[in-house]
Amino acid sequence: MINLHTIRGREQRTAWVLLLPALILLLFVFAYPIGRAFWLSLFTKNLGTELQPVFSGLYNYVRMAGDGRFWQTFWTTTVFTTSSVVLELLLGMGIALVLNQKFLGRNFVRTTAILPWALPTALIGLAWAWIFNDQFGVVNDLLRRIGIISTGINWLGDPGLAMLAVILADVWKTTPFISILLLAGLQSISPDLYEAHSIDGAKPWQNFTRITLPLLMPQILIAVLFRFAQAFGIFDLIAVMTGGGPGGATEVVSLYIYSTVMRYLDFGYGAALVVVTFLLLIFAVAIASFFLSRSRAKTSRA
Amino acid sequence: MTTLTHPPAERPSTPTPPRRGKFPVKKVFLPLAVVLVVLFCLAPALWQLLTSVKVNEDISAVPTVYFPTRYTLSHYIELFVRRPFWRYILNSAFVSVTSTAISLAIGAPAAYALARLRPWGGKVILASILIVTLFPGILLFLGLLEIIQALHLGNNYLALIIPYTAINLPLTILVLRSFFEQLPKDLEDAAKVDGYNTWQMLLQILLPMTLPALVTTGILTFIFAWNEFIFALTFITRDEMKTIPVAAAQIGGASVFEIPYGPIAAATVLGTLPLVLLVLFFQRKIVQGLTAGAVKG
Repeated sequence: MINLHTIRGREQRTAWVLLLPALILLLFVFAYPIGRAFWLSLFTKNLGTELQPVFSGLYNYVRMAGDGRFWQTFWTTTVFTTSSVVLELLLGMGIALVLNQKFLGRNFVRTTAILPWALPTALIGLAWAWIFNDQFGVVNDLLRRIGIISTGINWLGDPGLAMLAVILADVWKTTPFISILLLAGLQSISPDLYEAHSIDGAKPWQNFTRITLPLLMPQILIAVLFRFAQAFGIFDLIAVMTGGGPGGATEVVSLYIYSTVMRYLDFGYGAALVVVTFLLLIFAVAIASFFLSRSRAKTSRA
Repeated sequence: MTTLTHPPAERPSTPTPPRRGKFPVKKVFLPLAVVLVVLFCLAPALWQLLTSVKVNEDISAVPTVYFPTRYTLSHYIELFVRRPFWRYILNSAFVSVTSTAISLAIGAPAAYALARLRPWGGKVILASILIVTLFPGILLFLGLLEIIQALHLGNNYLALIIPYTAINLPLTILVLRSFFEQLPKDLEDAAKVDGYNTWQMLLQILLPMTLPALVTTGILTFIFAWNEFIFALTFITRDEMKTIPVAAAQIGGASVFEIPYGPIAAATVLGTLPLVLLVLFFQRKIVQGLTAGAVKG
């Protein structure tokens, strides 16, 4: 027993030596900035205080409650996140189902289907800004050729349309992520299940709702969870395509935080914004993981 | 599942549903769907490629000229002559390769420890790593900015390499941990019987076997580092230190009315090219790594 104990003890020591560099770096880059934001959010530190931190308690949070621009960006972020995640999920599911079929050149199609995901978001933003360009953009040209419009639409200059444009660009860029995850899930479902179900007289649609969807639920929830967090913190795509414009119509929370800190040099308030965004994110993640563990328990029982 | 409870003996008695005379849905729609998927995924990228080789008259023609009347490389040449585009490429490459190497070097041992050595608090560590993968950069940039100012690391490659390494660590650890868990444990036991200590065993036996998994993970971390925007935008302000995404996003014309669409398109193509090549060669590995990182975690 004693011998066993020391082997276990040595194993523990080795484990911690192996873990330590990674843990230190993670604490330094993740834990410190978040903790620091909590602390700094209790201070006023801006041009008014000559960038010196002055303790102001919960003043920043009170200010946030009455800050119309914050609520506006929060709403914009919610609209952007929900619409892009829902569209991506539907489209990603469709693509995954197609990629799961047998057809000639499937490998090539699978390769092209992950391409958008791998490309730099900022550069993709440039590409889509060009596609939606009001004078020379290809979207306007196509619509003109079909005869839907006679003069070019100013896509990125109209509040509603600019929102639509950034959502479409985000859908293009990140649908592949969802279809990759769902395809992996589809491949792990045994074909026997479908066969047995069809013998029972089930139609393809019933196959989908009774076998595919329930068994795919863990993958769907994981994909949604990841995508939700990423979309909620979206910065690069919108910064490049519209810069938050026109008139703040596409200004999401992260763009607001960025300009609060970098343009208005309002560090204390920026920190409070970071804290609230962080808490909202954690809250959403907690809800999602609750459903995730429930659906995992269900599928493993089935 | 009700389907599973049916005994297989029932099978022969149920005739297969009659298919004859039915509209061959799959035969018609599958090829159509495949074509749509390919078009959807490639068209926007190809459009940027086409724009990058058009002459300015074609780019600003109304109605749009789809296929160039003349091909030109002038937009690419402009990038290298009028701007330090080589530097941007080198900056991106250096930062991405270095941070990938460090995150593999730090992440692989940590993944092994979590998979095999069952450290106290391992579950908590793993759960925190999972949550951390969901943090967007905007939550971190303010705190990191202060650190970078305090350490005078602004306009230093380290200001990007350190955060990129850390941001890629969770994925690295998750993917490699699931890899180590699949390895047969006998191998390590045999090595211990043969008198290897843990370190020798890690370096001489496990490391060579881990190479494929390291490549998988390395590709993903390289992609993330190459694509990162907000830190690169904030921590680097000197022009010759910029990475490609930031440099390309900041290409502007002499005035607002003269946006250089051609060079922007060319910069997009150059900045995406390395990643297109990675996807073409390592499609399977990318899919493997992503699913291992996301699903098994």
